[in-house]
Amino acid sequence: MEVTKTKTCVIIGASHAGVNCAFNLRKEGWGGAIKMYDADPYLPYHRPPLSKAYLTSDDGLDKNLLKSAEAYEKEEIDLNLGVKVNSINRENQTIVLEDDTVTKYDKLVIATGARPIIPPIPGIDTAKHVFPLRTATDVTNIKETFQSLTSKNIVVIGGGYIGLETAASLKKLGADVTILEREARILQRVTAPLMSDYFNQLHDENGVSVLTGKNVNAIQVEDNSNIVSCSDGSEFKADMIIVGVGIFVNKELAEASGIVVKNGILVNAQTQTNDENIYAIGDCSFHHNPHFDRYVRLESVQNAVDQSKVAAASICGNTPTYDTIPWFWSDQYDVKLQMVGLSEGYNEVIKREEADGKSFSVWYFKDDELLAVDAVNNAKAYVFGTKFIKDSLQVDKVKLSNSDTPMKLGELKLV
Amino acid sequence: MAKITFVTSDGERTTVEAESGTVMALAVENNIKGIDGDCGGVCSCATCHVFVEPEDIETTGRASDIEEDMLELDDNANEYSRLSCQLEIDDSLDGIVLQVAK
Ligand SMILES: Cc1cc2nc3c(=O)[nH]c(=O)nc-3n(C[C@H](O)[C@H](O)[C@H](O)COP(=O)(O)OP(=O)(O)OC[C@H]3O[C@@H](n4cnc5c(N)ncnc54)[C@H](O)[C@@H]3O)c2cc1C
Ligand code: FES
Repeated sequence: MEVTKTKTCVIIGASHAGVNCAFNLRKEGWGGAIKMYDADPYLPYHRPPLSKAYLTSDDGLDKNLLKSAEAYEKEEIDLNLGVKVNSINRENQTIVLEDDTVTKYDKLVIATGARPIIPPIPGIDTAKHVFPLRTATDVTNIKETFQSLTSKNIVVIGGGYIGLETAASLKKLGADVTILEREARILQRVTAPLMSDYFNQLHDENGVSVLTGKNVNAIQVEDNSNIVSCSDGSEFKADMIIVGVGIFVNKELAEASGIVVKNGILVNAQTQTNDENIYAIGDCSFHHNPHFDRYVRLESVQNAVDQSKVAAASICGNTPTYDTIPWFWSDQYDVKLQMVGLSEGYNEVIKREEADGKSFSVWYFKDDELLAVDAVNNAKAYVFGTKFIKDSLQVDKVKLSNSDTPMKLGELKLV
Repeated sequence: MAKITFVTSDGERTTVEAESGTVMALAVENNIKGIDGDCGGVCSCATCHVFVEPEDIETTGRASDIEEDMLELDDNANEYSRLSCQLEIDDSLDGIVLQVAK
């Protein structure tokens, strides 16, 4: 694109959102410079495997890259790693790096994602071997520590997807794992009770103890190990502690420069902030989902990748709109969970069990509208759920609950 | 060692060599257009869809059940479709030609 030849697009954050945006800019014909900055020193990698296959395998990070080093060169993407961006100056259209270097932008993409919350539990700062799980460095630390431990009691604080996946992976490596969840059930925020029950049982069967209603209120060091105490008086020995209680959005750069921030960085359907030259994509963005007609902040690869396409197209002068159905997956033990849609606001749940006894799916409805599907070892249910939601088709609930009805559009559609 | 040829939707042919790993990883490593591998190779995203040449389909084998289900997301999928993250490279794949779906 001739007009962009002399322009510079700067991207802060080189992970799923930022990296895909850079490559999509080239696909859309951006002819100017692309400069990316990330505080993480490693060539950008896939995050989902960190708590799954990557944690248990001996593969190096090179097997887990978003793009090869050559790909950045070939597309003339100037990737600056191990470099933190300190501020955005909108008046001069510049960013300032931690070493005070100033870089000018014509278009700026904020893809700063999120960082793990470390809850302010008394003693957590001095406790032994406490790790979150968000970066490759976290995984290296966990692996190295794990190998050095003679006693391998691990406490995972938080029964969300990352906590559960990490528990499953560490169990596979031979640890004794206990999950402490504050709420009455695991995955409380994101699934129906029967899904929580299923995963609770799955972990039980695999020898991981899942304890709910456990509010951790102190950690004490004892003999090079920790004692984790809960408000109900229970105590757990922990040679290593994994913290998986959620994330903080990396919104400070945007906030300090006067960009509108709500639950994340507020963007329009083109992923543009209130500054027309500044975009925000991925985990850090707070955006409107047209299908569900509400504002959301999503933590998923799907959202990061799809928003990166919209931002790239918009920066190159097109007017795409962000209109997707969210999807997500989680792998624990040999169980594959695939989710599509947003279940929040449901008032009816239908469980469909397949004849094989191993796969089932949970369909979330608000009255007659299908909102979301959670599919366990059941890609077919995931795919058909996607089609039903996308096209706002009505499901014949009676037929759906009968596993003898074949999973086919024509069979399950209410006519 | 296997030589694998990718043909992208705009007709670009690239032949690359590998000994192991998945075809999706090989494609990403070589920046093959249209193979994104967004889920990192766990059969969750269907962004690694390729068409195998009919004469090669015996060599690669056909799509597994989960691949077939995921491929339903793509209206263009056919009996020669595979998710390339599920194709493990070994010598037997030497010489195959894959048409990138997207
Ligand atoms: C362990 C784990 C498992 C997951 N599993 C799944 C899954 O199964 N399926 C799924 O869909 N999603 C999963 N996710 C979520 C998914 O990885 C995220 O949604 C995705 O990484 C978001 O990408 P992003 O680019 O928006 O943000 P991030 O991946 O958070 O990247 C933001 C980047 O910005 C950089 N950065 C921030 N501030 C600055 C600054 N000031 N200067 C320089 N650099 C900065 C950070 O270093 C970071 O690299 C998982 C996440 C984790 C951590
Ligand atoms: S890489 Fe996601 S399905 Fe193959």
